[in-house]
Amino acid sequence: MQRIPTMSQEQYERELLRRNSNHVELWNLLDEVKDPEIPVLSLWDMGVLRDVQREGNQVLVTITPTYSGCPAMDVMREDIEAALRAGGFEDFVVKTALSPAWTTDWMTDKGRAQLRGYGIAPPDDAVDHQGRETPESKVRCPHCGSVHTQRVSEFGSTACKALFQCNDCSEPFDYFKNI
Amino acid sequence: MTTATTELKQDLIDYAARLADDTLVLGHRLSEWASKGPFLEEDIALSNVALDYIGRARMYYTYAAELSGNGKTEDDFAYLRDERQFQNHLINELPRGDFGYTIARQLFLDVYHTHYLAALKGSRDETLAAIAAKGIKETRYHLRRSTDWTLRLGDGTAESHQRMQTAIDDLWGYTHEIFEHDELEQRLIEAGIAVDASSFKAQWLADVKAVLEEATLTVPDAEWAVRGGREGYHTENLGHLLTEMQFLHRAYPNSKW
Repeated sequence: MQRIPTMSQEQYERELLRRNSNHVELWNLLDEVKDPEIPVLSLWDMGVLRDVQREGNQVLVTITPTYSGCPAMDVMREDIEAALRAGGFEDFVVKTALSPAWTTDWMTDKGRAQLRGYGIAPPDDAVDHQGRETPESKVRCPHCGSVHTQRVSEFGSTACKALFQCNDCSEPFDYFKNI
Repeated sequence: MTTATTELKQDLIDYAARLADDTLVLGHRLSEWASKGPFLEEDIALSNVALDYIGRARMYYTYAAELSGNGKTEDDFAYLRDERQFQNHLINELPRGDFGYTIARQLFLDVYHTHYLAALKGSRDETLAAIAAKGIKETRYHLRRSTDWTLRLGDGTAESHQRMQTAIDDLWGYTHEIFEHDELEQRLIEAGIAVDASSFKAQWLADVKAVLEEATLTVPDAEWAVRGGREGYHTENLGHLLTEMQFLHRAYPNSKW
């Protein structure tokens, strides 16, 4: 399937923020920090990493939670701290910002492709579907590419996912909910 | 913080803690379904919903703790207060009952939170507004599920219909106090911080009625109403819930994972 890379306005603004930042080395360093539950995906690609600033010697990292009760948030914070320490930074603060609320629109195109490769259908693979609620069928199977699929449950193995099954290759798969 | 909100600081702490109490107690009740759901997918769904509520409670408690200062944390609020200090609405603490009872309560509260969080999103308090903006996305998702289940069970077998109707009748008297407010909340409503739930009671009733009627269930016309949660007067159920929820923290004070 040919995909024309498109970018939401929100994602474009994130890219700009990073591109115009004076702290490229910090952004690059933090690219090493992955989502503990989806270890192919960096916090940047996930949209969780919101901002990196420096005030004097202090590094200020801002992250935003995906779901209110996401148990991975504490681990993400610890992993960021460990990465900064490993990068030689001693003085840092990891701040959690609730607003604006996290949305899957912040996920990068690379992140979406990585999810697919990992066997999770990203939010935009709900075919012929307007609106953000999880559809009952026709989410493209990340294993075989068929759209002949059906929803098994609106809730999956973690708060951010729903459970589907492919009618062609019979594999079950997770769908990353669109919020 | 403006002068007006500084004067209201204690009110704001209490209000944030009340919202946290509502969501923590309900989240705990839902978590009791973990490994006891009617089938695997439903077990996972209920645990997911529980997690959303407990996560929301943590945000409210953390905010209350920050405002309180003195090194307080979310744990002081959740684990080191007694029954009379909890100010949740009573409907949240009622035992989980059978699956129909849990679904009926979720329907009532999901509709309620849909309106409540939409209003709280416009609060002059930025933190509460941010928590609401996050929570409403989750609540809309919950509501679709509790609506689907109500239709399926209400318009299902004679047995499932009867269980849903019994649950609705048993819960109805607890749905009144969630639309009322005391002087503390009145002060915050006037300051543009708290939500006046009475403003959407008619809409709540219309929404719930529409689902119940489609599910061939009857809207109760009972007159009885139970009140007291916001004053710390609880049913006999909260004490038992706290005993279990707080045990570990009280048995091993200050222990960390």
